Amino acid sequence: MGLLSRVLGRSTPPPPTLDALFALPTAALTIESAMGLRPTGVGSVCFRAAEGGATRATVTDVEALLEAGGAPAVERSVDSFGFTWLLLRRDPVDVSGLVTDLHAVNATLQDNGFGPALLCSLMGFADSSGRALGLVYLYKRGTFYPFAPHGDKARDNAFELEVRGALGVDLPVEPDLSRWFPLWGAPGL
Amino acid sequence: MASTRYLPDRGLSARMALTMFLLGLLYVVLVVVIVIAIDSLALALVVAAGALFAQWFFSDRIALYAMHGRVVTPEEAPQLHGIVDRLCALADMPKPTVAIADSDVPNAFATGRTPKRAVVCATTGLMNRLDERELEGVLAHELSHVAHRDVTVMTVASVVGVLAGFMTRIVLYSGMGRGRRDSNGPPIVLVVILVSAVVYALSFLLTRALSRYRELSADRSGAFLTGQPSALASALTKISGDMASIPSRDLREAEPYNAFFFAPAAAPGFSLSSIFSTHPPLERRLEQLGAISAQLGRPTT
Repeated sequence: MGLLSRVLGRSTPPPPTLDALFALPTAALTIESAMGLRPTGVGSVCFRAAEGGATRATVTDVEALLEAGGAPAVERSVDSFGFTWLLLRRDPVDVSGLVTDLHAVNATLQDNGFGPALLCSLMGFADSSGRALGLVYLYKRGTFYPFAPHGDKARDNAFELEVRGALGVDLPVEPDLSRWFPLWGAPGL
Repeated sequence: MASTRYLPDRGLSARMALTMFLLGLLYVVLVVVIVIAIDSLALALVVAAGALFAQWFFSDRIALYAMHGRVVTPEEAPQLHGIVDRLCALADMPKPTVAIADSDVPNAFATGRTPKRAVVCATTGLMNRLDERELEGVLAHELSHVAHRDVTVMTVASVVGVLAGFMTRIVLYSGMGRGRRDSNGPPIVLVVILVSAVVYALSFLLTRALSRYRELSADRSGAFLTGQPSALASALTKISGDMASIPSRDLREAEPYNAFFFAPAAAPGFSLSSIFSTHPPLERRLEQLGAISAQLGRPTT
């Protein structure tokens, strides 16, 4: 935010960066080989739906678009904070297809003027023991962070840091740990 | 380029800029008077400026202390932290310290000299009265104050008033009779007192006006951030029934400055109290939020 908009009190939510999403397929391979976690084929997009008819119309458009592209039905849900989640599914092997879907959702919302309302995207990973990991993409930062919930409202920080180490240069990982905010019960985990 | 629904209100910006300009002008007038009048006041002025600086520098701790705010961890207040987490991720700002004040008065405040050192505090009364969406709207409003650096802006704006008030008093109590006399003009001390009193009065009105514009801006940015202007509007109606319109200044004092009222943040139904209040009237805020709601709901293309 520029100095002028601060002085005049005109801040608006920043626009999202979408391009970094396309780094996900490589990162998925790294996570699979280094950590033994495989993509679950589930991804989700979280945004704050603005009140009024325009958002509803846009979300309907998004769903129609994905279904026309051969994706299974999109599941829509609203969490306890009032944020809308769109849950996308693909064959677990088809990571790049999932990423393309994620990008399509985001791009559609952005084109309709709701880009600043995008909160995060999430891609789910799991291993055979049932350990779950979400790679969370923060649009406003253009960075990713790992989120590994275990049990009730506890997260495995050691494991998350290990994932960060494994990802190395494959993904831009959020350097500020205070921004790795938890997403308890997020669809797609 | 993607279309945007987040348009600035140019009228509001212009009025705010004009207010700031007039405050700056006052500051210049005051400095000129100080330079003409004084040698012994220099120290006193440094003290006043120092106090103001400390108030700005420690604003987070002072406000928390004054409101008996208690910093809470995510475990103690998961809901409040969850809301702040998400708003900060949406707005791409660092997460401020989150605090709760045990008070039944529904209120919230945000303070701190930079976004990194900010504190957001809600009272228990606020959390009890509002539902989750309304609470989120209020917190988004407070986070907008942080993003706009309103503590800094208002501190800078109040410099003029504090200096002028301080000067009037110093000259009144200690400076009497020490003024250099012009052979055929009035004593310089009198002129200084007069000018500082007028400057003080003007700067008081201007800072209040500025404060109202900052509130409207924070409403606006907060509503854009959550996309839910109506939730904030509903929170405002719930809160203001309990705490608005308790006047803090004697009405009689207000009379002489009536004429300086130039750019109402208030709606046309103008009352004296509206130029002395730090917050715009409820109707004005609701009206703005209604307009934003229409703007967000407008069909695309």
